[in-house]
Amino acid sequence: MVWLLPVMFLAGCKAVVLAPSGDIAARQAELLVQSTLLMLIIIVPVMALTVWFAWRYRAANRRASYAPDWDHSTKLELVIWAIPLLIIVCLGALTWVGTHLLDPYRPLDRIDAETPVGAADPLPVQVVALDWKWLFVYPEQGVASVNELAVPVDRPVRFTLTSASVMNAFYIPAMAGMIYAMPGMQTTLHGVFNDEGTYQGLASHYSGAGFSGMRFKARALDDAGFDAWVAQAAAGNETLDRARYLELAQPSQSVPPMTFAQVDPELFQRVVNRCVEQGRMCMAEMMALDAQGGLGLAGIANVALLADPDARGTARPVLGLPPFQVTGICSVDEQAAMLASAAPLVKAPRDLSPMRGRGLAAPQGILGQRPDPDVLTRTVPRDDAEQNL
Amino acid sequence: MAIPTEIPTTFLLGRLDWNAVPQDPIVWAAGVVVAIGGAAVLWMLHKHRLWGWLWREWFTSVDHKKIGIMYIVLALVMFVRGFADALMMRLQQVLAFNGSEGYLNAHHYDQVFTAHGVIMIFFVAMPFVTGLMNYLVPLQIGARDVSFPFLNNLSFWMTVGGAALTMMSLFVGEFAQTGWLAFPPLSGIGYSPYVGVDYYIWGLQIAGVGTTLSGINLLVTIVKMRAPGMTMMRMPIFTWTALCTNVLIVATFPVLTATLVLLTLDRYVGTNFFTNDLGGNAMMYVNLIWIWGHPEVYILILPLFGVYSEVVATFTGKRLFGYASMVYATVCITILSYLVWLHHFFTMGSGASVNSFFGITTMIISVPTGAKIFNWLFTMYRSRIRFELPMMWTIAFMLTFVIGGMTGVLLAVPPADFVLHNSLFLVAHFHNVIIGGVLFGLFAAINYWWPKAFGFRLDVFWGKVSFWFWVVGFWTAFAPLYILGLMGVTRRMRVFDDPGLQIWFGIAAFGAVLIAIGIGAMFVQFGVSIRRRDRLRDETGDPWDGRTLEWATSSPPPDYNFAFTPVSHGLDTWWDMKRHGQTRPKAPYRPIHMPRNTGSGVVIAGLATVCGFALVWYIWWLAVLSFAGLVIGAVLHTFDYARDYHIPAEDIRATEAVRDRQLAAHPLARGA
Amino acid sequence: MSTVHQQAPGDYWDVEPHHHHEGASTSIGFWVYLMSDCLMFAVLFAVFGVLGGSYAAGPGPQDLFDLKLVALNTAFLLLSSITYGFAMLAMVRGNVRGTLGWMAVTLVFGLLFLSIEIYEFQHLIHLGAGPQRSAFLSAFFALVGTHGLHVVFGCLWMVTLMIQVRQRGLTGANRRRLGCLSMFWHFLDVIWIGVFTFVYLMGMVR
Repeated sequence: MVWLLPVMFLAGCKAVVLAPSGDIAARQAELLVQSTLLMLIIIVPVMALTVWFAWRYRAANRRASYAPDWDHSTKLELVIWAIPLLIIVCLGALTWVGTHLLDPYRPLDRIDAETPVGAADPLPVQVVALDWKWLFVYPEQGVASVNELAVPVDRPVRFTLTSASVMNAFYIPAMAGMIYAMPGMQTTLHGVFNDEGTYQGLASHYSGAGFSGMRFKARALDDAGFDAWVAQAAAGNETLDRARYLELAQPSQSVPPMTFAQVDPELFQRVVNRCVEQGRMCMAEMMALDAQGGLGLAGIANVALLADPDARGTARPVLGLPPFQVTGICSVDEQAAMLASAAPLVKAPRDLSPMRGRGLAAPQGILGQRPDPDVLTRTVPRDDAEQNL
Repeated sequence: MAIPTEIPTTFLLGRLDWNAVPQDPIVWAAGVVVAIGGAAVLWMLHKHRLWGWLWREWFTSVDHKKIGIMYIVLALVMFVRGFADALMMRLQQVLAFNGSEGYLNAHHYDQVFTAHGVIMIFFVAMPFVTGLMNYLVPLQIGARDVSFPFLNNLSFWMTVGGAALTMMSLFVGEFAQTGWLAFPPLSGIGYSPYVGVDYYIWGLQIAGVGTTLSGINLLVTIVKMRAPGMTMMRMPIFTWTALCTNVLIVATFPVLTATLVLLTLDRYVGTNFFTNDLGGNAMMYVNLIWIWGHPEVYILILPLFGVYSEVVATFTGKRLFGYASMVYATVCITILSYLVWLHHFFTMGSGASVNSFFGITTMIISVPTGAKIFNWLFTMYRSRIRFELPMMWTIAFMLTFVIGGMTGVLLAVPPADFVLHNSLFLVAHFHNVIIGGVLFGLFAAINYWWPKAFGFRLDVFWGKVSFWFWVVGFWTAFAPLYILGLMGVTRRMRVFDDPGLQIWFGIAAFGAVLIAIGIGAMFVQFGVSIRRRDRLRDETGDPWDGRTLEWATSSPPPDYNFAFTPVSHGLDTWWDMKRHGQTRPKAPYRPIHMPRNTGSGVVIAGLATVCGFALVWYIWWLAVLSFAGLVIGAVLHTFDYARDYHIPAEDIRATEAVRDRQLAAHPLARGA
Repeated sequence: MSTVHQQAPGDYWDVEPHHHHEGASTSIGFWVYLMSDCLMFAVLFAVFGVLGGSYAAGPGPQDLFDLKLVALNTAFLLLSSITYGFAMLAMVRGNVRGTLGWMAVTLVFGLLFLSIEIYEFQHLIHLGAGPQRSAFLSAFFALVGTHGLHVVFGCLWMVTLMIQVRQRGLTGANRRRLGCLSMFWHFLDVIWIGVFTFVYLMGMVR
């Protein structure tokens, strides 16, 4: 690896993971580099010693000392256990803090190193992994797109993700780390782009035959550009309702980008709850019933064969019954209320004071300087601040 | 091959019909190669009338040494298949640029990467490690065989059965297209309706039974069969690592078995363990499979840590530095390996506290591992290092493995993992530890113990050729993957659209070719050494001036290993004996009680394999019959009470007399 | 540890015939096997723990379980453990007839247990509450069914061993086998106590 570093510099302009555009990815890369350097403190001497000992104590070198029965030294053993342990203690601290600060569920507290996050809420984007393309729904704008993501630059984006079929992972290397998109579940990822441009987005968890073509362009636009993109999408004439969605969800490969002018506002929640098809019970309803002990013996009869038993994802098990679904019993209004009530938006933490233990002074660098002369971290915490994470 | 959506089934053949033969020239070519090779082997066996010999001396043998060798032969054969898959992937990825689809369609390519992972882990690394432990552990502890010799034979044939089923999928039907751990829902009946995943399941289940039984067997052997005086803290370090590995096998393979049973039920009966609907939870599968999967990594690497320790101590002519801390480090790793499984899916979004807990436990494993590296290092300090092939592999391991370990700890930092997970950086990392740790160790072991197993050394020239091609080839093949990972390229991709990446895949493919030459050189090394065996002959039984008990007997050891049971008075018992000028007692020889060979293992495992095949293809009558046959066979086996015999004292006297003459011809050989 | 002991020559080899006690490893080997089996059940229990409340808007434990029947079943299995204990006591006394008799009683209890379990399964499937209906039922059938399958093999083993004891008497090998089956049978009992508590009793108060 060490000898690869020069090569890395040659490739430097393309190593997107180490030089990303988005602040989250940049901080993740920073942690990656810091951890590597920390470990090199021990890796390099070990490698050097290995080579040196191998050379020095070769059998032909009779001048080197030889102690065939020397097999123990308490001091040395202490050192060889203690040094890795110390490094791991440092790395562990770095990990604990980094993992919490860069948790994908945590709303962003800054746009970049100089700019705290503004008053505006992050842009919500709902992401559905389909076989084999990505669907992006913009609930605020009421539009949707396939295999093309457009977001305004310097505005935090809050992705909520799910999958229609199998496990998948959503990854825009230039923006933020990846996160799984799983059927019947919802995950969240926060990120931001700091530079305009067009970036690569991809599926990073193998999901079947069309997996390789499940790529999209992520376009970071200025505000005007984003508005223009939304306007253009809204000007189209395709509507993404439940029927169109089911059509879209059929397997297809390397799908060119397309947009939808209107979207069923319940669609994403229905995908998460696996009740896009007519008559199917939503998972939220199912779980609410289960929490009360199920529907009893009556629930046995409350099933129906699938409308389309040949669809991908359903097959009759050879020794079992044909696939069936549970019929929903909520009224339309109840369903609407249930789907709308899901997942309140979490606000970004506003306390941007430096990380510190309660009652401790702000950390100083080893030379008495602040480790990161950054406007944010110079904010003095309020006296009554209980904690500042 | 297009998979028919509605597969017609018949009573006689289930869903097996002519469509099951893959419509793919590459598969046909592979079939022709295998058929010609197989025919040649069969013809050779027939010509030299070796069938009876093979059956009596090998297939039905309960001798741990022969079973060990058979395991390693199985591993080498499967290694060729697994490596062919690797070459195909490298070729596909270097070709599929600029709008080209490469030469493999998705259905084929996805099988190739799945088969590569499954074969390399389950049918190369596992049998290799198990074979090594089988061969060495009884010799190192001064025992005459393992605790349950028949079970040992059965375990081996079950492993062969699993491998055979996996190989069969190449020519009849298809293999899974799911990745090597077959995550549902993709591996469920809805998304993988054809036979691929069923082959995967039954191949692993049959082999898994063998692995579990072998784990129990070796664990009990180490606990119960040690020579007098050999306390736990006097066991050779390889035996210690074997003990820990077998504890892990017994403690984790049942988890794999149970998890795969649940997946099987989902596929065959339609239960809802890992389905999307009706309450199923696919995340549970991911957790369960990694609760097995992470300790599995240590099952593979621990015995090789033992190998390196033995090799370093022998070729430095020095006691192993810090034996006790080596043992504690091994035990620490064994326990900790159970507490880290979640680091394989930080990106599932479990939350910061869970992720950092598992990240930090993972990092802690690097402390005992680091201590081991230092122990080898300080064994080299103030020593006299002979750079024989095993030692060269060990040095290459130390320099390679620390990099792999470092990238591993890096991946344990969750924020870093968020950008590197599922990337080629990850692929490079685990190849770095598995090739640089497990495989290099296995090559060291082959070169080190070959003279013990066959009575002659391996050729040094071809060994060095193999060594250099392997080491250089490894770095050429995998360094580009590290770089590609940092460029945001993820794994299991079949086609690429960024032409700038092609050069890196080109370098990686070139590296794979270098490795192929290294593998070829290794087989040439075997061939050359067998032809020149008279010149490479070692009659002392102790060609390297070894330290542990396996070197105290002849090469190859007699069936009964030791005419008299050795007694241990400290570490490095054989070294101790040599130092005190101990000679073998010459009399009085007494009859030795040994287990008798049996064909039951072959029959039972064969029936299990047939049953697996029948279940894959829904041939119910055959499944029922073969399962009933398996149960009846097992019951009938218990009616055989005459499972042992005595080697007469006369035979032992004759065998030992040969040994006396050999030693007399080598007066310089120390000890005796 | 690193000091070199001065030993008299000959100390390094045991020239006396080394009595490798036949079957000395069998009990511990079987114990280790049982522990690995226990882990399989641990997985099934864990799965039931995760999925036990996922009724998929179908029936739950209170709708399906008949505690009286299960209590009867439990009694059969617990009694079979006691009767197997008597078989072992008879074996220690060297009483072949007593051993065989108590084994037969154990076998009958085992078969009764299985019959009730098969009736229960058949009843549930007949209702429409088969393993496909919900994840809860999948986990229930897998856990209880795996235990039942173990009892089936235990019964098969029992029959085999009864024939062997009849043929050869209480030889060393047969005593070892009786001991292993004893451990197996009691192990199944322990697992069943877990099933009864965790699945049935706690299911009813859920």
